[in-house]
Parts: sequence; structure tokens; C-alpha cells
Amino acid sequence: MNFGFSDEQDAIRGTLARMLSDHATLAVAHDCLDTAEGFDTATWAALADGGWLGLAIDEEAGGSAMGAVELAILAEEIGRSLAAVPFAPVLGLATPAIQDMGTQSQKEELLSGIAEGRMIVAAALAEDGGLAPERVSAKVVQDRLSGRKSPVSFAADASFALVAAMDAGGTPRLYLVDLSDPSVSINALDAIDCTRPAAEIVFHNTPVELLPGSDPAAIRTLLDGAAVLAAFEQIGLAERALSMTKAYACERRAFGRQIGSFQAVKHRLADMFAKIELARSNAFFGAWALASKDNRLAEAAAVARLTALDAVQFTTEESVQLHGGIGFTWAADPHLFLRRGWQLKAELGPADLWRERLLCDLANGPLASN
Amino acid sequence: MDFSDSPEEAAFRAKARDWLDANATRRDGSEKTQDHFMARDADEVARARDWQARKADAGWAGLTWPRAFGGRDATPIEQVIWNQEEGRYAVPPNVFLIGIGLVGPTVMMHGTDAQKNTVLPRALTGEDIWCQLFSEPAAGSDLAGIRTRARREGDEWVISGQKVWTSGAHYSTHGILLARTDPQVPKHKGMTMFLVDMSDPAIETRPIRQISGSASFNEVFIDNLRVPDSARLGGESEGWKVALTTLMNERFSISVGRASGGARAEELIGLAARVERNGRPAIEDGEVRARIADFIARQRGLEFTSYRVMTSLSRGEAPGEEGSIGKLLLGKLRQEMGAFGMELAGTAAGISAKTGDDVARWRNEYLTAPGNRIAGGTDEIQRTIIGERILGLPPEIRVDKDVAFSEL
Repeated sequence: MNFGFSDEQDAIRGTLARMLSDHATLAVAHDCLDTAEGFDTATWAALADGGWLGLAIDEEAGGSAMGAVELAILAEEIGRSLAAVPFAPVLGLATPAIQDMGTQSQKEELLSGIAEGRMIVAAALAEDGGLAPERVSAKVVQDRLSGRKSPVSFAADASFALVAAMDAGGTPRLYLVDLSDPSVSINALDAIDCTRPAAEIVFHNTPVELLPGSDPAAIRTLLDGAAVLAAFEQIGLAERALSMTKAYACERRAFGRQIGSFQAVKHRLADMFAKIELARSNAFFGAWALASKDNRLAEAAAVARLTALDAVQFTTEESVQLHGGIGFTWAADPHLFLRRGWQLKAELGPADLWRERLLCDLANGPLASN
Repeated sequence: MDFSDSPEEAAFRAKARDWLDANATRRDGSEKTQDHFMARDADEVARARDWQARKADAGWAGLTWPRAFGGRDATPIEQVIWNQEEGRYAVPPNVFLIGIGLVGPTVMMHGTDAQKNTVLPRALTGEDIWCQLFSEPAAGSDLAGIRTRARREGDEWVISGQKVWTSGAHYSTHGILLARTDPQVPKHKGMTMFLVDMSDPAIETRPIRQISGSASFNEVFIDNLRVPDSARLGGESEGWKVALTTLMNERFSISVGRASGGARAEELIGLAARVERNGRPAIEDGEVRARIADFIARQRGLEFTSYRVMTSLSRGEAPGEEGSIGKLLLGKLRQEMGAFGMELAGTAAGISAKTGDDVARWRNEYLTAPGNRIAGGTDEIQRTIIGERILGLPPEIRVDKDVAFSEL
């Protein structure tokens, strides 16, 4: 039984955490929010310089070919740092899609650019509030895409997009689209967390390239893997929100005592901890299933997602609450975590999507005879 | 990340399985439900004793005890593996958990040679069954508030008072008893631990019926019980230190203990398919689906949390921070699932038509779950422990800490 990280993996985490705390401070996060600039390009460049963006990319494509567990560590530390970087779309979705489903020339064209931080590939999968591949309405006819995808994080910073659309036969597939094509229009949206700027992308007879390995099952698996990584990002975020709130509860005094000595406060912090650790246990299962390509990945992703969503929402809302009046101000930190939590929820969809994923997976699996 | 045993663990598991195969029958699901640790009647106690004697004979009792005391010097992860393997067989309840898991290690640390020589071998073979005489009507979470008095008379101690919530006291032969010996000092400083014989007529045991209807714990009345000074475990007024050893081992026993074996959340899927809500199968109802999915997610989280505990043990470390959340989250989850399972029956919620039907099963979950939330540290105490020991929050203000017990 080894359901934890190795010494080497812990060392990776330490290096990453130091690098991120140098670059992605909460002051930078506030700046990104205030300027609505969003994207923290300096941190992204530092991640590229450190070789982190090529972590899971094959060696021949310029990466270091490490596993899903290392990628999960990167996700958790980015979540903890609150860095305004496109980790989830680029490393959680586009990279595995291109690597697992793309042609040799697609890999050559895009993967080294991703690893070097030169190229952002946005994930344009959602439509009308949903993610289910079989319900997309964007359509590709004779290698030309038409339709609307929304919301797409970092669309304005991206040179390519990974798009889910129906092929001529009505089967959902994934396509790569060059966003510099004049037929593409990108309209900024007002996101709850503008450090992950969101946009709607409208395609009108836009030339696309099919990812030949993409079929509905592969798309589902891609989303499952992304949900596992997102769970680690969510856990990092929630843990930072807890530690910040804990520090405040030790420092703030009322009625002659530190407020953290009151059970009403202490027990709520304990509940935050319990929810985070429960989510972490499920995320570990997810990382294991992702790394070993186990057929329980769908179940693992769904339970990791469900408990991570709950942990983030509870922790970030109660973090605002336990900071009192200051927690309600723009200048204070708690709302950064609350906003990012919602953004992470929006990017792969809220709990009801994943509850169905779980129940349908179990119904098709060992429990189908129930 | 890897679920497999190390080569040493696999070898131990194979050995355990070989012996169990030769000496016990595999469960096939037809067995009567039973508690893992509590016997229901004298027959179960007798069968448990017999099973323990055979295990002891073959070297499978007191696994983590040192060889010098008849144990196997096994690692904690080997104990977990044994518990997993033994759990696959139809064996009697382990009524020796307190004796072997709690009392044994406490005697090893604080006992005299004479105590070690009498207590340990008899606990190991199952001749003696031990109970833990700690909690009292006025001292539960605040254990150091106990009032049971032990007064010294020459070479003897005279003990009077009342204990409560004592699991298995009605069939235990011996008890480890915490008493107040000096009320003139602050509460943690005036206690002493004793080893007592439950068959003494000065001890009266009355079973307490729980809300589930069964009676596995007791109130114990002690009226001028006379014990020799050789029954004192550890120093005079050092009872709290001795009790902490017992409680530490209790936590360890829980963390390596057999999985609770309660109902699986997935069972609610089948039940919801068999009953209706608003004229449709309940499993098609959005709220029903949401509740069940969330239960499954929480239960998986607890299952994988136990894997993290096992990982720590497997690496030879003490269970880390993750171990503390299982106890806190399990009871509430079982309680909510039980309530939901009953509610699926609609107007028949809680009303079972026949023994063992769905309502009866979920009702039993619902009515036993509060025990998980109270025994071995209430949810409230667990939160305080997490808050203070793990998160490092400032401690509660304790107004009684430096006051003589008699002044409280």
C-alpha cells in the first residue's frame, strides 16, 4: 500500500512552491483583478523556464514525460498560489488531448510551443452551460466549423483553441482551431474571477483540423482527467484559504481572547480541514486512476470533483465570514479565493454534472444489475 | 501511488490466509449480522474465547505485542492486513480488543512484573475479557472529572462510585478502573489506575439498552470494593498518565481496526429503483439522485482516507493528520444515509414490514450511527482536537485546570 507521494515527488512540490511563492504573490493576484489584465504572464514564463509546462509532454516533443501524479502536484501548488495562469485549459485539457488524440504533425506544431510557454491553447468545450460532448451544437462540415463556444477561459491570450463540435455524421469530436483566422470573433465576458478572463468565441466557417483520436469516450476520459487535476487545484486553493483564515483567527482578538479559541470559530475551521482532507483522499484515488489508466477513472474523477467542489465552497465562503467586516472588502484577500473557487467550478461544471457522471458510470459498471 | 502490498506484506498476507483457510470458514453473505467487537450472548462469548485460544496457540493473537509477552512483534500494517483477512471469514466478535489493544500495552508500560505475568498471558489466550471502567455519569468528554473514589486502608484500597457506558462489562472478567485518590489537588493530578476483578460481589453491572434496542454497554456500580495495593497500575496519583497510554492505544486500535462494515451508499441506488416517488421510480428523481451521488462521494472519501492511514503505517510512520477525520465524518454520514434510506419508503418511513427489510436495515443504520458520533470522543471533542492539535489554534480557556478537585 502506497497511497501518498514519494520523497522525489515531495521534493518537486517544494521546488515548485518556492518558485510560485516568489512570483505569484497575493499582491500580484490583486493587481490582476484590479487591472482586469488577467493573465499573469511573468509566472507563466517562470513555469516554462522551470520546465514545468512540459511536465507531462513526451520527451521527443520537448517535455520531461513525468506522470499524472507530478502533474497533480503542479495543479495543487498553482491552486495554492492563486496564480492567474491557464493551467487547467492548457495542461489539463489541450495537452493530453493533443498528445493522446493528435497526429504527429499536430504534436510537433503545438506541444513544444506549449512546453516553452510560447503558445496558449484554450479549451472551447462548453456551450449553453453544459459540457456533455453529445449535446454540443457547434458543427463541422467539410473541415469548417460554425457555432458558439462559451465560456472559454484565456481565449484572448490563446493562439489556438481545442473545440468540441459535431462532425458531419453527428458524432462529437475534438478539433484544433487557429484563432488568428479572420472568421473567428472573440467577445470578452464578465467573469466572477477576471484573473481567468473568459470570452465567447464565435466561429463562422472557420477552418479546423480534427484530432483523429477523439471520439465520445475519449472526450469523456479527457474531461475526467481534467477534473482530477482540477480537484488538486481546488484542494490547494481551499487549503490556502484555510491557512489564511486560521492565521487571522489566531491574530484577531475579541472579548479578551483570540477568536480562534472560541469553539464557534475553531469547530468551523476543523470542518474546513475535514472537508479538504476528504477531498484529498478522493483526489489521490483520482491521481492513481489517471496515472494507471484504470477503468475506475470516471468514478474517481466524479467523487474527487464532488468533494473538492464542496470543500472549496465551504472553505471560501466561511473564510469571508470568519474574517468579519474586513473579509467583505475588495482590498482583503478572502474574495480572491471565493472568486477563483467559482471559476474552477464553472470551468468543468458544477456538482450536478458530475453526480450524473458518477451514477451513470456506476449503472454501467458493476452495479448495472441493481 | 500504488495499492499493492510490498513483497513482505504480501508474504504476511499469504501466511495469514493459509492459516485462516485451514481454521475458519469464509463468509458467504448468509451469516447473521453481528457486531465486530461485542458479543450478544454467552454462546458468542464462548465461541469468541475458543477462537482466541486457537489464534493464540498458532501465534496469531496480540500480533503487535513484543515476542517476550507472547506476541508476534508484528508491524501496524501487518495488524491491518490480518484484520482485513480475518474479516473475510465467519469468525466470532473480537471481544478481546480492549484487553489486547488497550489494557495489554498499558500494563506493559506501567505494570509491575507480577502484573505483566498474570495479566498478559491470560488476555492473550482469551481466558480474561477486559473492559474499560473510565467514563462516569458526570465525566464523559471531560474524563478527568471522575468522582469514583479510592481510599487507602493499610495495604488495601477501598473503591466506591459509578461507571457508565462500559462496553462488554456484563461479560468481562476484569476491568481497568480509573479512580480519584486525592481530591485536594487539581483534577488531572489526583487519580490512580487499578486492575479489578469484575466477579467481585462489590461490583454490580447493569446493561443499558441503547436507542437501537440492543444492550452492549452497561452502568457499573462499585460499592466498597476492596483491592490489594498490588492491583494498582502505575504510581499513586499517576492515573492520568496511565489513562493517556490507554487512550493513545485506543486511538491506534481504532485506526487499524476492521472497517466499520456498515451499509454501502450504492445500496441506495437499488432501493431507489424499487420504490416510487411522485409516481415514478425514485431513482429518476433529481433530488434522490443528487443525495445518493453525494453519499457515494463522501463514503469513497472515507475509504480512501483509510488507505492514506495504511500508507503511513506501511511506511512505519504514525497515522498522520488524515486519520483524525474518519471518526468525525463517519457517524454523520451513516446517520444521514440511514435517514434517507428510511425516507425512501415514503409514508412507511421508519416502519418496517418484516425483519431485515430495507426500512429495517436503514433504520438500524440510523439508530446505531449516533454511537459513532459519541463513543471514543464526541464529534465536538474531535473538532476541538483537530482545531488545537492539527491546526494549532489557541486552546479552550479551562477554568478548572489549577483548582483542587474538591473546590470545583
